[in-house]
Amino acid sequence: MTDSRTNTGADANAIALDGLTKRFGETVAVDDLSLAVESGELFGLLGPNGAGKSTLINMLATLLDPTDGTATVNGYDITTETGDVRDSLGIVFQEPALDEELTGAENLAFHARMYGKGKAERERRIPEVLDLVDLADRADETVESYSGGMQRRLEIGRGLMHEPEVLFLDEPTTGLDARTRRDTWEYIQRLNEHSGVTIVITTHHMNEADFLCERVAIMDQGEIVAVDSPKGLKDSLGGDTIVLGLEDPPTELFDRLDDRPWVREHTATDAGVAVTTARGDTRVPDLVRLADETGATITAVDLRTPSLENVFLSITGSTITEREAGSADDGRAGDNGSENGRTGDAGSSAEEAADDGEQATEATETTEAEATVGGTS
Amino acid sequence: MSLIDPRGIYGLWLRDVKRFVRTPSQIAGSLAFPLLFLVFLGFGLRGVPIPGLPEGVAYLQYLVPGIVGFSMLFGASFAGLAILSDQDVGFLKEILVAPVSRTSIVLGRIAGGSTTAIVQATLILLISIPLGFELAGLWSLPLAALFLVLIAITFVGFGIALASQFSDSEGFSLIVQFLIFPLLFLSGALVPIEGFPEPVQYLALVNPLTYGVDGLRAALVGASRYPIVVDFGALVVSSVVMVSLGAYLFERVDAV
Repeated sequence: MTDSRTNTGADANAIALDGLTKRFGETVAVDDLSLAVESGELFGLLGPNGAGKSTLINMLATLLDPTDGTATVNGYDITTETGDVRDSLGIVFQEPALDEELTGAENLAFHARMYGKGKAERERRIPEVLDLVDLADRADETVESYSGGMQRRLEIGRGLMHEPEVLFLDEPTTGLDARTRRDTWEYIQRLNEHSGVTIVITTHHMNEADFLCERVAIMDQGEIVAVDSPKGLKDSLGGDTIVLGLEDPPTELFDRLDDRPWVREHTATDAGVAVTTARGDTRVPDLVRLADETGATITAVDLRTPSLENVFLSITGSTITEREAGSADDGRAGDNGSENGRTGDAGSSAEEAADDGEQATEATETTEAEATVGGTS
Repeated sequence: MSLIDPRGIYGLWLRDVKRFVRTPSQIAGSLAFPLLFLVFLGFGLRGVPIPGLPEGVAYLQYLVPGIVGFSMLFGASFAGLAILSDQDVGFLKEILVAPVSRTSIVLGRIAGGSTTAIVQATLILLISIPLGFELAGLWSLPLAALFLVLIAITFVGFGIALASQFSDSEGFSLIVQFLIFPLLFLSGALVPIEGFPEPVQYLALVNPLTYGVDGLRAALVGASRYPIVVDFGALVVSSVVMVSLGAYLFERVDAV
C-alpha cells in the first residue's frame, strides 16, 4: 500500500489509456481509446447505454482483460499489476453490490478486511467513512432497511474505505429519485474537493455530467468523440440561440441583424428567425426591440442555452435518447438523428419541445444546478 | 496479491457465519429434511432385518452417522448456492474486484460453508441422542469432528466447483436436486451397500461420502466397513482434489 502512494508522484496521470480495445466476438465494445485523466480530476464518461463506458470501467478495474492496447491506473499496468491496480481503486458498480443482511458498518468491515486493513485501521476508518456519507446513526442497522439513496451513499463510502487514488462511479445515480440524485451529486463533489481523490463517473445523463464534471469525454459506439470541460464543449456550439416567432418577418429585420456585431449567425425559419449569440439572455431585449422597430409582430420568444445534449447531437447526429432506442432499433435512430439534427436551426421549435419533454426537463435541471453551484461557491 | 490471504479468508468466513446466525429459518429448513429421514427411517425400520448391517448394531445406531453425512450434503449445497446468490444480487463483484486471489476467495467460502454445515450436522447429532442414539464413547466426538471437517471441505469444494459452472442459482438448484440423492443412496448412509448389485457397489467406492459416513460410523458407533485410516486417507485425498478443482474452476469464472 505504501509503495502505491509513492508511485503517484512519478506519474501525474491517475489513468492513462493507450489504444485500449475490447472486442466481444465481432462487436467492438471499446475501440482504440487513448486518454489521460489527471490526478484529482472529477472526470465524466458521457454516452448512451451501450457506448462502452461500463466495459471500459470493467477493464480498468481488472475485471475484464483488454483485447488490445494498454492502460495504467495510478501508474500500474492493468494487465500485469492487477493487485496494485485493485489496491489503487475503489469502485461503485451500476447495480447495487451490498450485502443486505449485514449492517452498514459490517459491510465496511468486510470491505476493509478484503483490502488487507488491520483492526486499528478499521476502527479508525469505519466511523470516518460513515460520518462522511452521513450514515453514522444507521451504522448498526442491516442494509435492507436503508433507502436507495442511503445504500448508494454507503457504496460510495465503501469505495473510499481503503483510501484509493481513483474512485470509479458507474452510473451512480441510476434508479434514484431526482432529489436523492441531487444530494448524491453534492456528496460526490464534496468528496472530490475534500479528499482529493480522482473520480471517474460514467453517466448517460447530460445534466449529471454538466453539473459534476470538470472534464467530460463523450463516448459513442466504443469511441471517444470529444473531450473537454462541459463549458468548452458547449462553447464549441457557438453560443445561445434565441428563437423569435414572427408573423411576416420584414426583410429589413434580416438586413439590420447583419449589421449587429453581437449576432453570430441568424437563420430564417418557417415561423420566424433563429439568432445565435453569446449571452443570449442579455440579447433578448435587444432582439425584441429590433424586431419592434422593423414593425414585425412577435408571437413567441424562446431562449436556448447550449446543452451537452446539443453537443452530443451536433457531433454524432443523434440524441442520446435516440441512440439508446437505437440499440433496439438501429436503422431508425440514425435517420431520425440527421433529420431533426440541428436544433440550432430551430426548424419546428414547438413540436420538438413537446416531443423532447425529457430533454427539456434536463435542461431546466441544469440551470437550477448551476444556480446552486453559484450560490455555494 | 498473495495466493493465501488470511485476512481476506477470515473476512469471507465471518460474513458467512454472521449471515447463518441471522437466518434461523434457513437453519431450521436445512435440518428438517435430514430429521424427517432420521425419524421415519429410524423408527419405521426399527427391528427390521436389514442385509449387511454389522453384527449387534441397531438400525438407529447405523442410521445416525448416515443422516449426519446427509445434512453435510445439504450444508455444502447451500454454500454453492451462496456464491450464485451473491452473483444474483451483485455482491460477487465486490468480492472479485478486491485485491484477494481467487484461491483465497475459494478457501474463505469453503471455511464459511464448512462451518455452517458442521454446525448443522452437530445439531442433528445432538437431536438424535434423546431419540435413542448412543455414542460409543467420549473419544468419539473429537474423532467425528475430524471427519466432519473433511466431509465439509470435500463437498463444499465440490459445491463451489459446480456453482462456478452456472450463471444463475436456478440451474444450479435443479442439478443439486439430482445429485444429492444418488450421492446419499450410493454412500451406504441409509442402508448398507452390500445389498446393492455389484456394479452399483463400484459406484459407491468412488463416492467420497461412502468413506465419510463410514468414518463417522467408526468414530461414533465403533463399527465400520473399512478400517478408520482408510476412510481418513480417502477423505484427505477427496478434500485436496475438490479444493483444487474448486479453485481451478472458480479462477476461470468471468467477473462480469
